[in-house]
Amino acid sequence: MSLIEQQIAMSTTAERQVVTGAPGAAPSADWVIVTRGITRDYDMGGEVVHALRGVEIAVRRNEYVAIMGPSGSGKSTLMNLIGCLDTPSAGEYWLNGELVSRMADDELARVRNREIGFVFQTFNLLPRATAQQNVELPLVYAGVSAAERKARAKEALERVQLGDRRDHRPNELSGGQRQRVAIARALVNRPAILLADEPTGNLDSTTSEEIMRVFEGLASSGQTVIMVTHEPDIAAHARRVVVLRDGRISSDETRETFLATLNARV
Amino acid sequence: MSLIDAIRLALTQIRVQKLKSFFTLLGVTIGVMFLIAVVSIVNGMSKYVEEDFAAKFLGVNTFTLRRFPNFQNGNVTEATWREWQRRPVITSEDADAIREALPTGAHWAMQDMRYATPASQYRNSGPQAMVAAVSAEYFLIKNLEVERGRVFTEQEEQIGQPVVVLGSETAETYFPNIDPLGKEIRLEGLPFRVIGVLKKQGSTFGISLDRQAIGPFHSDMRRVTHARMGIDGVLVQGSDVGNLQDSEEAAREVMRRRHHLRPADPDNFMFETSESALGFWQGIKQVLVIGGIVLPAIGLVVGAIVIMNIMLVAVADRTREIGIRKALGARRRDIMWQFLVESATLSIFGAILGIALGFGLSALIKSVTPLPSSVALWSIVVSVFLGAGVGIIAGIYPASRASRLDPILALRSD
Ligand SMILES: Nc1ncnc2c1ncn2[C@@H]1O[C@H](COP(=O)(O)OP(=O)(O)OP(=O)(O)O)[C@@H](O)[C@H]1O
Ligand SMILES: [Mg+2]
Repeated sequence: MSLIEQQIAMSTTAERQVVTGAPGAAPSADWVIVTRGITRDYDMGGEVVHALRGVEIAVRRNEYVAIMGPSGSGKSTLMNLIGCLDTPSAGEYWLNGELVSRMADDELARVRNREIGFVFQTFNLLPRATAQQNVELPLVYAGVSAAERKARAKEALERVQLGDRRDHRPNELSGGQRQRVAIARALVNRPAILLADEPTGNLDSTTSEEIMRVFEGLASSGQTVIMVTHEPDIAAHARRVVVLRDGRISSDETRETFLATLNARV
Repeated sequence: MSLIDAIRLALTQIRVQKLKSFFTLLGVTIGVMFLIAVVSIVNGMSKYVEEDFAAKFLGVNTFTLRRFPNFQNGNVTEATWREWQRRPVITSEDADAIREALPTGAHWAMQDMRYATPASQYRNSGPQAMVAAVSAEYFLIKNLEVERGRVFTEQEEQIGQPVVVLGSETAETYFPNIDPLGKEIRLEGLPFRVIGVLKKQGSTFGISLDRQAIGPFHSDMRRVTHARMGIDGVLVQGSDVGNLQDSEEAAREVMRRRHHLRPADPDNFMFETSESALGFWQGIKQVLVIGGIVLPAIGLVVGAIVIMNIMLVAVADRTREIGIRKALGARRRDIMWQFLVESATLSIFGAILGIALGFGLSALIKSVTPLPSSVALWSIVVSVFLGAGVGIIAGIYPASRASRLDPILALRSD
């Protein structure tokens, strides 16, 4: 890590702590996500893997953040924690003013259902369900009536330009279309944050661009988005870039500084 | 997730795996089929024996004084049998003495029976008829009605008119397409004039009740039945239960006196009532009811084990689906509920199939054996609930395993 990088990383961390408050206190309302020193250890039969070693990240409403880093640096682990699919070994995680890191199973399920939209690299659509049924799924668990489910799923699919593919099953759709169904599903319950773990990892470059335009559109309409990616030109779509290295944040910068350091290195 | 959503999901799953679902259901199906069939046999036979048979053979609110039981309940020991053979026969004098002692309101008839082959000028051989020499009130007690003609009167019986009332089949056999009224029929060579034909009664346990010839006791009919050697019994009908009990007491007293029994001696005669005659049926019924519990129980237990295994396989096959559902906000209880409803729906399907097959089996038994059977409504309701119960019990373990899956690990599986 260069000296400049270190300075940027340290200054942003210090600044963040001042703004988001002390440990144990709920952060102010502008922050959707605040983590304080979260760690995640995996016990592999005696040998402990430290996937995250104290991550401090704070995200404001309407931010569009890209998370980068080498393979095994803990990006997916962090996303799963932010997405409430997992709980940290230590540290605090505040989502929308709620202390998620202390929540029990059922509460986490509720938070996943109401606050989070998750888009996966492998789409994770139900193969036997139609696009419409897949998009309705979060609403089923939210207890929404069948009629309203139908209307809202239709609306969400239209938002990703798939209004005419509602009755298609995943195997009747292209990769890009599948990922758009998954995005519609993630958005249908109007989540506070949209999380995407390498959403273009299984797509060719043209389709990737198409999916990135969808995210772009969502972000510019005010949706908070956090996205993991390997590729700098994908990350360059975001307005803020966080880099993980070995379970820690190594840099957290605006798109402009990120691009500047990137060019400087080249 | 609502019940309707859960059932819809379960049905889709069952439809996708039709063949597997069918085999899964066999245990429950067979269990329920036996349940329906056995219950329908017991039900049909109960209805038949207790209402039909008891009323036709024994009459309502009646007892028959006999030397020893006519319908034997199980095997009789050699000693009992010898004791029975030593008993004095019942005579028409005994019957007359009982009549004198009966409380008012009770009806009385003596009866003596024997099989004989009738002969008429139209036909001189054919199936035997049950020939009965009886008192006039026999028809009243047995609730026998004539289709044509009339029964004989008290006076005709007293003076011993050689008249006879025929069962419908005997009348048809010996007077084919001929009006038998006023015609002569011979029994053991003795002539009787036909004065009535009974309404058709059908058969019980393969014995036709329509092959009968009933004549006055004091006519030559008692020679046909060999009444000199003792009569079959004395039939008494009480006007109500109390009257019947009084009648039985009165008859017992008369008989003990006539048989010179000391107070310590047991009766050397017996009273046959519909309950005592139906003792044999209670025995059969018990065996059937035990079979009706054991066979379905085996089927249901096997069915439950199969369903549990299939559901465990389903949970393993659908781990990723479970992960997706959890990631989208399904709580443990939602997943639990989904798999429980699936296994209950599967099992209820099996039960419904079993009900259909049970109907079939019941109809088959009815058509190829003399056993009457009719499906009991309650057994259908019980079957559906059993089906649901088996499904839920078998589903608990797989469903709880599914519900406890870690979403991240589940999402990673394929
Ligand atoms: N369930 C697990 N059990 C044990 N170790 C795990 C588990 N999940 C992740 N790890 C370990 O934690 C570290 C971080 O993994 P993670 O999946 O977060 O990396 P990543 O940054 O997403 O990598 P990639 O770019 O390859 O997706 C790795 O060393 C990994 O082996
Ligand atoms: Mg990853």
